[in-house]
Amino acid sequence: MSLVVDLFSIVAIGAGVFFFLAGTVGLLRFPDPLSRLHALTKADNLGLGLVVLGLLPRSESLLAALKLVAIWALVQLAGATAAQLVGRAARRKGTAL
Amino acid sequence: MSVLQALDIGLAFLVFAVAAWTIFAPGAFAATVGYVVYGLLLSLVWIRLFAVDVALTEAAIGSGVTGVLLIGAAARLRAAEAAGSERSLSGPSRLLVAVLCVLVAVALAGVVLLLPDQGPSLAPQSMQHLPETGLGNPVTAVLIAYRAFDTMLEKVVLVLAVVGVWSLAADRYWGGAPGEVRAERPEPTLAFLAQILAPLGILVGIHVFWVGADAPGGAFQGGAILAAMWIIVMMARLTEAPQTNAFWLRLAIVAGPLVFLVAGVAGAIFAGGFFAYPPGLAKPAILFIETFMVLSIAVILPMLVAGPPRREPRQ
Amino acid sequence: MTEFLLATAGVILFTVAVGLVRILGGPGDADRLMAAQLIGTGGIGALLLISAATGAHGVEDVALGLALLAAFASAAFVNSAAPAEAPDPADGR
Repeated sequence: MSLVVDLFSIVAIGAGVFFFLAGTVGLLRFPDPLSRLHALTKADNLGLGLVVLGLLPRSESLLAALKLVAIWALVQLAGATAAQLVGRAARRKGTAL
Repeated sequence: MSVLQALDIGLAFLVFAVAAWTIFAPGAFAATVGYVVYGLLLSLVWIRLFAVDVALTEAAIGSGVTGVLLIGAAARLRAAEAAGSERSLSGPSRLLVAVLCVLVAVALAGVVLLLPDQGPSLAPQSMQHLPETGLGNPVTAVLIAYRAFDTMLEKVVLVLAVVGVWSLAADRYWGGAPGEVRAERPEPTLAFLAQILAPLGILVGIHVFWVGADAPGGAFQGGAILAAMWIIVMMARLTEAPQTNAFWLRLAIVAGPLVFLVAGVAGAIFAGGFFAYPPGLAKPAILFIETFMVLSIAVILPMLVAGPPRREPRQ
Repeated sequence: MTEFLLATAGVILFTVAVGLVRILGGPGDADRLMAAQLIGTGGIGALLLISAATGAHGVEDVALGLALLAAFASAAFVNSAAPAEAPDPADGR
């Protein structure tokens, strides 16, 4: 049983790290700020979500697991809002920000 | 070399690299972002040093309060930078500053690395007497029980800082409210963020304060998170900064150190020593003092970020 | 398992470092703000992994605090950059 849980964690966390890497590749390769922003917020939030999913079975109590989910939800909110704010600021000043 | 050691070395190198970039960053805003990144990395370092309370403080203050303060200051300085009225240090002076900084850093590193393995420490005695204070977190015990006078003076310093910031206002603005007049309507995205974050943040702030008695946390961390929530609500223009001559504001600012001082004097009367707590009543007294400290910190930090009054006082 | 968790934390930190190199130097303020966002998300990920591996207590609260304050740098930038602008037509009001 614990082997299955460990395997699940490894797969989920590995997938999360893959998305972090994908986000950074997008960050390095996309041509303009808005598309870089897209890569950053979408890929990194998904990456963190998968990492949290992988860590959920290993948490010590229900409260700790709920905190992990709350952390991911807050990072989603922050990422979405920051993307909107930065994107709007970039658009207002023209793409040559 | 184990994975953990490699991780630590990588983290230390990253901290150095970000710090070096911040020093050479082009312009005030870039340096500010570098500073925020540096603060977040330092949180990780504190966790690795098993100083979780300090990591919590670094996270709350570095990204929440100080980050906002510096970004606002960088924006105000941008006008001066554009006008070209800034004179930077000459080359030889910069070199001298760099050499002095490196000397201080090397001296500190040498002292830390040459410490004996069992350095002089009061940690065993403080852990031994922990049950008498009723607390489970030794950091909180040091702050409010063993070293309470020092902590109270730190809060007095915060009050002085607010007075200093307010005194930067022009004479006719004294007592008025900080900040420009509210824009016609709040920026929608910021308003959304503030409306969702603020209730959650208040809950988290109170939780961090309350849990600080037995686990990492405490009054300063909880107060800093509450302060950050008020700051974002003000940034989203959902509420205006209060007038600086408001009685409730001034009372809230001094409440923390005042209650602290009264508790210390009461200790002299009832428990035989300045800042002594009566046995058995230590934990309730500590929590009582901490409640008012949280209030003061949550009010002082946003006032520091809001800045000096820029409007004439009404009435 | 601990080794795996620490190794993934190291990979995430390395990813963050590479991303920082690019966007801290990137032209314009939007790129620099993205640096703050990147270190926020990546730092929280590495933090959770390290705490699961080393068993330090109370670290979820640090991650919670970081997550709460993740958008503050961007909010402060937007707040200070455009204090008295005309209403944006894209707002649709």
